[in-house]
Amino acid sequence: MNRFHVTRATGLSRFALALSVLLVVVLAAAPWWGSTATLRLIGEMMIYLALASLWNLLAGYTGLVSVGQQAYVGFGGYMLFTIALYLGWNPLVAIPLAGLAAALVSIPVAKLVFRLNGAYFAIGTWVVAEVFRLGFAQMSSLGGGSGSSLPVAIMRDMASSKAMRESLIYWAALALGAGSVAFVYLLLRSRIGLALTAIRDNETASSSLGIAIPRIKLAVYVCVAAATAMVGALIFLQKLRIAPDAAFSVNDWTVLVIFMVVIGGIGTIEGPIIGTILFFVLREFLADLGSVYLMILGALAIAVMMLSPQGIWGLIAGRRGLSLFPVGYRVETRGEKP
Amino acid sequence: MSEPLLTVERLNAFYGDAQALFDVDLTLARGELLALIGANGAGKSTLLKCLTGLVKNRTGTIRFKGEDLIPVPAFEITARGIALVPEGRRLFPSLSVEENLLLGGKVARPGAWSLEAIYDLFPILKEKRKSPSTLLSGGQQQMVAIGRGLMSNPDILLLDELSLGLAPVVIKDIYDLLPKIAGNGLSVILVEQDVSRALGVADRFMCMLEGKVKLEGRPDAFGREEITNAYFGT
Amino acid sequence: MEWINIIVQGILVGGLYALFATGLSLIFGVMRLVNIAHGDLIIAAAYLAYTVIQLTGLHPLASLVVVLPLSALFGYGLQLAVLNRTLDKGILPPLLVTFGLSIIIQNFLLETFSADSRRLNAGAIEISSFSLMPGLDIGYVPLLTFACAVAVVWGLQYLFYHSPMGRSFRAVSDDPEVSQLMGLNNRTVYAAAMALSMVVVAIAGVLLAIRSNFDPFMGPGRLIFGFEAVIIGGLGNLWGTLAGGVILGVAQAVGAQIDPGWQLLAGHIVFLLILAVRPQGLFPKGVA
Repeated sequence: MNRFHVTRATGLSRFALALSVLLVVVLAAAPWWGSTATLRLIGEMMIYLALASLWNLLAGYTGLVSVGQQAYVGFGGYMLFTIALYLGWNPLVAIPLAGLAAALVSIPVAKLVFRLNGAYFAIGTWVVAEVFRLGFAQMSSLGGGSGSSLPVAIMRDMASSKAMRESLIYWAALALGAGSVAFVYLLLRSRIGLALTAIRDNETASSSLGIAIPRIKLAVYVCVAAATAMVGALIFLQKLRIAPDAAFSVNDWTVLVIFMVVIGGIGTIEGPIIGTILFFVLREFLADLGSVYLMILGALAIAVMMLSPQGIWGLIAGRRGLSLFPVGYRVETRGEKP
Repeated sequence: MSEPLLTVERLNAFYGDAQALFDVDLTLARGELLALIGANGAGKSTLLKCLTGLVKNRTGTIRFKGEDLIPVPAFEITARGIALVPEGRRLFPSLSVEENLLLGGKVARPGAWSLEAIYDLFPILKEKRKSPSTLLSGGQQQMVAIGRGLMSNPDILLLDELSLGLAPVVIKDIYDLLPKIAGNGLSVILVEQDVSRALGVADRFMCMLEGKVKLEGRPDAFGREEITNAYFGT
Repeated sequence: MEWINIIVQGILVGGLYALFATGLSLIFGVMRLVNIAHGDLIIAAAYLAYTVIQLTGLHPLASLVVVLPLSALFGYGLQLAVLNRTLDKGILPPLLVTFGLSIIIQNFLLETFSADSRRLNAGAIEISSFSLMPGLDIGYVPLLTFACAVAVVWGLQYLFYHSPMGRSFRAVSDDPEVSQLMGLNNRTVYAAAMALSMVVVAIAGVLLAIRSNFDPFMGPGRLIFGFEAVIIGGLGNLWGTLAGGVILGVAQAVGAQIDPGWQLLAGHIVFLLILAVRPQGLFPKGVA
């Protein structure tokens, strides 16, 4: 009689997965049912969803609390401009290439910043982002401090009609947003995910169990850098203009993202999703407040960290262990319900 | 008969969900030396940490000089008159020998112990008073730890694993000094792996097993076999 | 001669960076907390001095009489009310809470004082200098800043190693469990350390505000300079931190001389080089 069995899926999680697939299909069809403004809004949400999920993987699951991810957002943007301006390639092709370039660059960067422990790592990543910003400001071929623009001809190469270009950019955003969540989800369900959980629970013990912690951390850091750069490339393809201060803005690409993840629930798959939605809802109502809006977000993040470190999702899921996207295993008892 | 100095009743302690002590009762009279023996994991150190407030997740009563110690935070315990010499010494590595002792006397209760008195007891510490505590031998570190505990002039000194990791000759030296340390009406709870040595100096002993008190009384009231059985739970 | 002048000016600026760094280093040493809002607190102290001067007409240096105790009090309260609750819970809470604090301070300053840059007017001392030799003029304010840095480092060093308060700091840092059995309430020890850090922050803020313009968003940059000085000098060594600040200052001065765009970049690159070659810093604890 085997009365226990080990499972991942629950009725709720199967429902959530089905609903997610349906949602992605509906969103993919948005160019046929939504206005340009709707596409822009959903596209922007997808971009932030991607950044939030990726930062969450880095900080919440791998313990690499970076405040310098704007380095890769800006780097990706500049790579797209370089490829499009100097090689004349289709910008959509440039997006994955930007990711590849970032992956290569992130390896030596990781070798350096990984020498800093814990919280000093955070500031170290910030320094690297500053070096990127100042470095690109020195490159006169890319417009130096004042930046450069994508000529219309290049955009025409991508698609002849404006509507088609908007749709292509939107689909790319959707692919990156949904793809990032799926990537984090699948990664955490893999053996690497198991190792990450072990590291999070007890770094010393897992190291003695033969988990190659530095290699796993490096791998996650490089993957996240590549994906972040792809998001960055898309952001500046949409903006058509790039300049160092906007490309490497800590506020736009890191501060807001951190607030989304922390408020939604760090270290959970659901957290970044909730945080992104909440952020856009709040922005609708509070954006006019300008800097007060940022103060509210900051206070909210502090309150969450002190009162419910697992964020809003932690409050919802509570001790019931509710999970829409389960990455762990659960032991269930067959027969009588507890 | 007057009330004991310390009375513990139905003490239960927890680490997370795991219970480490089960309904432990204990009394200690003024000037008494109680040996606490038991195998690893029996709950001896946990009991001492409960008495000093370092383990906060506990129920029951700890009555000391008429006051319940359960609500008293760890940093006020020394001022009440209980000092702990922790397992593994736990000296402050960035403090010199003398600074370790001075910090032990930060809460200065009236009494005979002072820096000079500690140096009289352990003359070697006076020689090494400027050196970092990390450069001392194990036995010397234990002397600092004992001195640090005595500096507050406690009513009760808790000695956790007094001889653990020390050379036999050093253990003998320290035990030879024990009557001097425990004089003047100081009560001592001595946690010790070296059972026969502990029973040799104790007025009374308590043997613990898996978080419970198995046997207690005067050392000479029980046979060797009885104590061994309680120790191993056989 | 020109280069000697540049290096000397860089050394003097390094004093300011060391002041940014020592407060950061102190907090990390006592409670392993990296305060992301450290730079913003420096700028907030500058604005506090600005306000005090507006209200009372005091000289900027005299305003320290008010700014120092208020800053210390703020630090003490901040630690007790907020930061203590984030300790012992892993690396995320203290980092993210001070990060949130940083954003709140920046935007509060923006709301209150607008984005215009300000400066504290210290009168004649600001522009006066003396000539050490032909072509090498030393300004009184940079010299005063450097002297303050040396005094602060010396004072903290003395306090840390020769006072009961410093003994408590070290004990709590060494073993926060056993320290309680010495009668130390760790939470108030931490609060005292934060108060002391805020005293250094206030000195740094006022000196910064006399030397140069400041605006609400300058904090993160000061945090980074301070952090770089700490890492260059080696964790846990205050004199090393002073040296780290000086190295950073000289690197920036030399970079700026080559090309104005290279001022900050040169500093960062020296920092990254040292991190690559000598990650423990130039003067790690225990050497000096």
